Amino acid sequence: MTSPPRNPTLLRRPGLVVGTAGLLAVLVLAVLGPWVWGDQAAQLSDSTRAAPGADHWLGTDALGRDVLARTLTATRLTLQTTALATALAASVGLLLGGTIWLSGPRVRTAGLRIIDVLVAYPALILSLLVAAVVGPGPTASVLAVGVAGSPAFARLTANLAGSVAARDYVTSARMLGVPKHRLFLRHMLPNMAEPLLVLVSVAFGTILVTLSGLSFLGLGAQPPHFDWGSLLSEGLRELHTNPSQALGPALAIVLTGTCAGLVGDAVAAGADARSSGVRVLARSTDETSAPAAGTGADSGAGVLGVRSLTVSDAFGTRLVDGVSFDVGPGEIVGVVGESGSGKTLTAMAVARLLPTGLRTSAEVMRLGDLDLHGRPEARRLALDLGVVFQDPLSSLNPALRMGTQLTEVLRTHARATPQEAHERVRRSLVRMRVADPDELMRSYPHQLSGGMRQRAMIAAALAAAPKLIIADEPTTALDMTVQADVLRLLREAGRGGETAVLLISHDIAVVSSVCDRALVMYSGRVVESLDTSALRGGEAAHPYTRALLSATPAAALALAPTGGGAPPDRLATIPGRPPRPGLRPAGCAFAPRCSHALDLCHDSVPAPVGTGTGTAACFAPVTAPHDNAPEDAR
Amino acid sequence: MSPLSTARARPGRIWARFLLRRLLGLGAVLVVLVTATFLILQLVPGDPARAAISVDASPEEVAAMRHSLGLDRPLAEQFASYVGGLLTGDLGTSFQTGEAVSRIIATRLPFTAQLAVFSVLVALLIAVPAGVVVAVACRGGRRRPLDTAFTTTASVVGCTPEYIAGTLLVLLFAVTLGWLPAAGAATPASLLLPVAAIALSPAAALARIVRRETAVVLEEDYLRTARAKRLGGWALYARHTLPNLLTSTLTMGGLLLAGLMGGTVIVESVFAWPGLGSRVVQAILVRDFPVIQGIVLVIGLMAAVINLLVDVCLGVLDPRTLTGKTEEASSS
Repeated sequence: MTSPPRNPTLLRRPGLVVGTAGLLAVLVLAVLGPWVWGDQAAQLSDSTRAAPGADHWLGTDALGRDVLARTLTATRLTLQTTALATALAASVGLLLGGTIWLSGPRVRTAGLRIIDVLVAYPALILSLLVAAVVGPGPTASVLAVGVAGSPAFARLTANLAGSVAARDYVTSARMLGVPKHRLFLRHMLPNMAEPLLVLVSVAFGTILVTLSGLSFLGLGAQPPHFDWGSLLSEGLRELHTNPSQALGPALAIVLTGTCAGLVGDAVAAGADARSSGVRVLARSTDETSAPAAGTGADSGAGVLGVRSLTVSDAFGTRLVDGVSFDVGPGEIVGVVGESGSGKTLTAMAVARLLPTGLRTSAEVMRLGDLDLHGRPEARRLALDLGVVFQDPLSSLNPALRMGTQLTEVLRTHARATPQEAHERVRRSLVRMRVADPDELMRSYPHQLSGGMRQRAMIAAALAAAPKLIIADEPTTALDMTVQADVLRLLREAGRGGETAVLLISHDIAVVSSVCDRALVMYSGRVVESLDTSALRGGEAAHPYTRALLSATPAAALALAPTGGGAPPDRLATIPGRPPRPGLRPAGCAFAPRCSHALDLCHDSVPAPVGTGTGTAACFAPVTAPHDNAPEDAR
Repeated sequence: MSPLSTARARPGRIWARFLLRRLLGLGAVLVVLVTATFLILQLVPGDPARAAISVDASPEEVAAMRHSLGLDRPLAEQFASYVGGLLTGDLGTSFQTGEAVSRIIATRLPFTAQLAVFSVLVALLIAVPAGVVVAVACRGGRRRPLDTAFTTTASVVGCTPEYIAGTLLVLLFAVTLGWLPAAGAATPASLLLPVAAIALSPAAALARIVRRETAVVLEEDYLRTARAKRLGGWALYARHTLPNLLTSTLTMGGLLLAGLMGGTVIVESVFAWPGLGSRVVQAILVRDFPVIQGIVLVIGLMAAVINLLVDVCLGVLDPRTLTGKTEEASSS
């Protein structure tokens, strides 16, 4: 977010303001021009080809006429012909597009094809064709440019009609027996007006330029009439004697065309919501600072050690607030939480792939002996840390073959020859139970199934034998059946060797079935860390973890309904919603939704305490499992 | 185990099918062009024979002209002889100079082709690097002033038509500075100004498209994947960004590149370039129909060939476009 604009509608669209103002000014000139400067423009004088001066701001032409006056006078004819040609293009196009849409399917297909060809065809050459038929002159050029501009309108009309026709109100009108042409005029045309108007404003600019071009070539306005195009060609002939003679009409055409373009852009941007707002982009060189001298002394012997990791946005709001955890060699640790709990930000901070504008600070953040603070060496980072993303289709480059992408880390950072890299990835793919790895590596991502793509991503991450793989919701985008498959392979990958896995998931059932240990996050903090065997046994200590479990079908079986809560056959929902990071309460963030909350919970943040199965950041942990134990579940 | 997609065909066959379809398309364009140029003569209001010669020609002269144009024969026969002439390379003779049209085209085509090829290259070589650099530099809303300056310059230049750019370039480099020749095709340096005049406007418009598309690609998940591989700037932008960017850029910019043929026609007149464009304008002014027909046909074919080349490049860059699915999706 940037500083809030004072007047959002106008300041965000300076193009629209400038463009509209410019076009209005030109319009006023078109009305007044011939009245005010008409006589002066035709006035012959003895001072021929005079340079610009006080009398003649742009000098005079070969017959001693004032160039500025002629340029201003020409505004009317230029705008008139442009408006006429635009109207012609729009109406011919609308008629053509409408007719194509109204005719039978075979004619429609053929018609659309022809129009596609015509649209792809330079307008000026189409205009030349028409000018060749009709002969040089203003009528011819208007007709030529109008006809040449119509295919664009026809295509837009036909395409819009196709999409509007599918809407409910058109379908119901058709069911009521409204004739097709009435359907088109009454029900469909009004709903197509906006994009068509955008095209009108864009077309106005291009038609002005093309029309002036024809006049410039001598195919448009004929003497004694003159427009900007014909003035420009006179100017070109006098370029060596009075250069300013060409400048007047040149500027007039460019400025008017630019104004029309600005209006078109702005209107199109308004109609297209896609271009509003700038998303913050991922960036590998985010700023990291170490507030304390984190020597790694207290971070254990794990592969990954993180102490007091904080991620803040540009306004200083802590999106992740003092997270500490370790991952041991070959250990699979799951980070679970609702969306917005900071689990992905935590993972991306560790992977150093945070979006721009976010600041990371941590006392300790290291991967083996690699310090993740500051600027860790790219080579080490690439080889020691593999990342698997959520959507395997969008995360793979559509323009590159799988083999190229999968072997890239090895080729770039491990100094492997293409053959070595290929062989290592191939073996890794076999480990991931890919039947024909060579075939897969020859393919492009779009030729593979989702499960196959994700296996390939995991295989590529494993191929470099990293110390840690960070898997961010690796199965969320996959089918249920494929999910289990991929998770099993991921677990085998972790179990198989030295590679540890940090698995990010919103699904506590996934974490409890795949991982050795779970970190439960809530509102940017780790609230509980426990072995998944305890999780499966229903021994969670933090009220939030318990609430998560009872809201989850697969795991809910292993856990009793709390006290006088939901009946056993219904899933519990957690009342309320997590606080937004900026509005986090002073105490425990879960306190407002917690049924066990003490007064203390609202005032100060609980520190993690041992629970026997792990740690929980809670003043009132549910310590005795039998308190809420199943009263004989089934 | 999920199998590899079953809809998979051999790349060679996909290419063959693609090229066949595009060549059929080129054939269709050719048919449309031949018909349209043939119709020029038929659609001329009044008597084309009279239009072609002076207003005060005697009825006998007009009749002779009608006969020499073949206008006194049935329409089908005229069309057959027009097509027959095209097939044997006979495009008629100029009314004005008596020269064979095929000869006019043969001498002038190289000049126009030269302009067109260089302009396409220059436009791409300016637009792609400029757009990518600005998009990368301004990623995530940084360097606002640079972004504004780029957008403003590109919109103004993009709205400056070739003939005005040409006029201004002549004024600056030929008249004021005297560095480059103002007209003709005598030296290699003569090529510079016309090419600049033709390429500037599409380059600016294209650069804006490239800038916008780069910004989109930089946000893509696969670029995050590439960053996760800790690739250097070159690999990140040249290998992972550029191909995806060129796909969407060429899809949208293809029209601009074909439109360049229009720019060529008009710029030739500014620089007295001895190509097809300046000749056809002259022919239209004096209603020299055989010359008009022949040259419009050739220029039209050149535009169609540029379109075809753009599609082939797209196919190389992004094999997904080969199957033609995107095409059908956009036009139905």
